[in-house]
Amino acid sequence: MPPTKEFLENLKKTPERLRESALRVGKLPETDRERSQSTFHNLFLHVQSVRTHRNSLRFAYTFGLGLILTASFVVLTITGILVMVYYKPSTDLAYQSVKDIHFVVPAGRFIRNIHRWAAHVMVVAVFLHMARVFYTGSYKKPREFNWLVGLALLVLTLALSFTGYLLPWDQLAFWAVTIGANIASSPREVTEALGITRWFDIGAFQKQLLLGANHVGQEALIRFYVLHVAVLPLLTAILMGVHFWRVRKDGGLSRDVTAEPPPALIRGREVQVFPPTKTYGLMAVVRGRTPVVGRAPEGSVPSWPHLLWAELAVFAFTIALTLALGYWFDAPLKEMANPAIPENPAKAPWYFLGLQELVSYSAFMGGVAIPMIVLIGLGLIPYLDRDPRGVGKWFGGPEGRRIFWVSLVVGLISVVALLAFTVQFGWLRNWFPSIAQLAIIALNPGTVIVAIYVAWSLWTLHRTGSIRMSAIALFTCFLAGFIVLTAMGSVFRGPNWQFYWWPSQWPVH
Amino acid sequence: MHEQETKRRDVLGLAALWSFVSAIGVALAGVARLPKPAVLPGPLRVFKLGDPAQFAVGSVARIDEGNFFLFRGERGFHAISSVCTHLGCIVAHTEDEGFSCPCHGSRFTADGAVIAGPAPSALPWLELALAPDGQLQVNAESHVPKGAYFQV
Repeated sequence: MPPTKEFLENLKKTPERLRESALRVGKLPETDRERSQSTFHNLFLHVQSVRTHRNSLRFAYTFGLGLILTASFVVLTITGILVMVYYKPSTDLAYQSVKDIHFVVPAGRFIRNIHRWAAHVMVVAVFLHMARVFYTGSYKKPREFNWLVGLALLVLTLALSFTGYLLPWDQLAFWAVTIGANIASSPREVTEALGITRWFDIGAFQKQLLLGANHVGQEALIRFYVLHVAVLPLLTAILMGVHFWRVRKDGGLSRDVTAEPPPALIRGREVQVFPPTKTYGLMAVVRGRTPVVGRAPEGSVPSWPHLLWAELAVFAFTIALTLALGYWFDAPLKEMANPAIPENPAKAPWYFLGLQELVSYSAFMGGVAIPMIVLIGLGLIPYLDRDPRGVGKWFGGPEGRRIFWVSLVVGLISVVALLAFTVQFGWLRNWFPSIAQLAIIALNPGTVIVAIYVAWSLWTLHRTGSIRMSAIALFTCFLAGFIVLTAMGSVFRGPNWQFYWWPSQWPVH
Repeated sequence: MHEQETKRRDVLGLAALWSFVSAIGVALAGVARLPKPAVLPGPLRVFKLGDPAQFAVGSVARIDEGNFFLFRGERGFHAISSVCTHLGCIVAHTEDEGFSCPCHGSRFTADGAVIAGPAPSALPWLELALAPDGQLQVNAESHVPKGAYFQV
């Protein structure tokens, strides 16, 4: 063949060969077998297994919450990079640059709105996802460690939200940094009361670590900016990778393995399947635990197309939701930061208002100790509750469902009663003005409600003899407490953190 | 009597490994100091307020840039920090009622003692002085005991 002709021939074939070389299998797959191979040979698709159990695709089992989280993280990363182009992390310029993004940058307002609302979606979804995983018992062996990874991701999500909403350097931002830094230094309440601050000042250490100074200023803004755009997203992405990896290696989404497997269908026809006699030859060579594949392939369907369609649907839903919210509602931006006057009341976004309510009893207990206790308690759940029964069933069965409802009522009533008492009669400081600070740290509405919940959980343990049931009782109580405290902080607290039935009753000034 | 003799190669290998680990450890400890500079940046918190005579007896002045209130009474001047000891919000002052915090509802008496809310300690009194140029000067970083009035 003459070289010119060969050249032209190759040029002509280039698009086809480019496609062939890009797809390792060489063409788009047409049969189930080819699709399985494509899944296995593709960097992005091989995160998921070739076949997916049908239970994992049941919407009423997962509500797609993990996927919503992934989708909102993707949306946040993209819109975040876009707003980074114009945002200036300087106390003098930050506020103006956010105003510019809103009013001057083409589509800037829309992109910032999407970023803000996607963050809210992520926070809502992370709580619901945790509740789903808990109530279906999906933290049990072999998924204990992934529960811990999930907890770390919960903390990272909240940290990303916190560091994010203080970047505009408006009134909300400035006072959130101030309050946050002072919560970090609140162990001083204890060291001060014990008189050991001179030797052991962990509070000041933490505060200076966050602020880079003794006062809120430029150093603090840069630190939170670095955390928000680099450190925390990177950690989140890595941990998300670990989370997905473990979901796969721990045998996919949890399911009730005792249940009768649904019939295997090929093109709508029921077929007989046999437990595999020889599988995963390569895996057998690798030492250590092999993936928990259960008794596949009963009840499983090819991931391509079934799982891919489900994922696409959830991604589309999340994007549509954030687009709609971003189109119709503007992300909040308050007045420029004013170090002389906080807003009255100065309220954090809704997901921190429960904490703010707790902090209004004692900074150390509400801001540091109780959150730590809750996190440690959540982290211990899979190691204390080792009962393998009831995995993959909501509440682990009818008894758990009953415990859930009873605990929800107990949790709601006790926290509402305690708040009503506090609003009506005050607390220790109102009765004994000269009471020691340590007494208030130890005994305040926050610690009382934690004690009530723990007592209820222990009583459930005693009555049912099941750690699983007492875990359900405790988790449900804390859920109820979180909801009521959040509602209290959002709706029923007005100027000077006084109780009001409705914001319209707030005094005008 | 040769039990489990350690080979020379193993000794050298372990020595190399542990020197590497300790070098990395020392380096990381050095890097861990990074977030804490030798000098913490911050604004000067000493404020000159001008001629003391401009404050009438019985008056209260809110000094925004210093976050404190300056009082002049029968017994002399005193300055009380307006930074809430709970979580750092700025308290408001009302005549006769003392101070109240907008963020979490702490309340203080007119001389700064806590009477309600989560604040762990009283609002501190700040050090007053007469600068060499005759101006009244408040050092917001330096606390004085309650009741230490300053006479000009």
